[in-house]
Amino acid sequence: MSVPAEKKEKVSVPFDYNKYLRPNKLPHIWCPGCGHGIVLKAMLRAIDKTGFDKNDICVISGIGCSSRTPGYVDFNTLHTLHGRALSFATGVKFANPKLKVIVVTGDGDALAIGGNHFIHTCRRNIDLTVLVFTNATYGMTGGQYSPTTPMGSQATTSRYGSIEPPFDACEMAKASGASFVARGTAYHTLELEKTIHEAIMHKGTSVVDIIDACPTYFGRANKFKSATHMMEVIEKDGTVNVKQADKLPPEKLEGKFLRGVLHKIEKPEYCEQYESIVMEKAKAK
Amino acid sequence: MADAAKKLPNIVINEKFCKGCSICVDFCPTDVLEMRGTCVAVKNLEACTRCQLCDLRCPDFAIQVFD
Repeated sequence: MSVPAEKKEKVSVPFDYNKYLRPNKLPHIWCPGCGHGIVLKAMLRAIDKTGFDKNDICVISGIGCSSRTPGYVDFNTLHTLHGRALSFATGVKFANPKLKVIVVTGDGDALAIGGNHFIHTCRRNIDLTVLVFTNATYGMTGGQYSPTTPMGSQATTSRYGSIEPPFDACEMAKASGASFVARGTAYHTLELEKTIHEAIMHKGTSVVDIIDACPTYFGRANKFKSATHMMEVIEKDGTVNVKQADKLPPEKLEGKFLRGVLHKIEKPEYCEQYESIVMEKAKAK
Repeated sequence: MADAAKKLPNIVINEKFCKGCSICVDFCPTDVLEMRGTCVAVKNLEACTRCQLCDLRCPDFAIQVFD
């Protein structure tokens, strides 16, 4: 069924993506070389590994390039307002706690327009899986700079380089109270599959910040030669696995993002807390 | 085992889905693929090691390697 990373003899069996896709909606609208397709594939493999039925999963998104994902996948899906995916997801999960709710959102959608929803979802620790596709740009509206655009980078709204310090989605999720925080990249796709699988299986708010490339806007504006070049520079050379990071000297970690599971704790989950109060009060009557 | 080594994989390319980003061509460790116009094509099938990197990193569901 699933594709384990290391075992060579099993890797040669290709994964059947079609059972989770809506074939009449493909090919997708993403640009050539866009990392969102790679992340979508990792997400489908991770969902397959969990063994959940298609009807037990709900994929919810806001607005943006990444938020086109629910259109292509054959689960319960919801395409909602800009930045409000987490609010809708909280409602869905609260109404039907048996559903596995996965929120697919972009960096601008989650951290700028929906920043407040992001903080309070993490604070409540409701059982959602939040996948933040971080491509450091607003691709759908023409390549404006976003909250994760690195300082000095070009965008259509920062012609002389961005002067705003970027957000670290993982640090913010951790500080807000999320019980599972991880980071992956589209380049390390098997590692990402494992991380997403772990995030889905975790009870509580799990945030996965996924670094992928936007060759059309971010790439062109910042003089990257191709999608491959972007993947090598930003995702391969720009990140370090958290397990290797301890062994490296601090100067080698400067300016690099850590990959892997960064924070994992056990905390009371929101829906369970609510249910326990309901049961308690029902018994008292 | 000798027969198994000779058996060539079947690389299936969906030309309608391929957008020509050349990610599969650039990341192939044994240089099996090449770009023909705006679509990927198989250049050297004998060199394929069935590592699946082209499939894993293809953003467009356009390439798969079958045994």
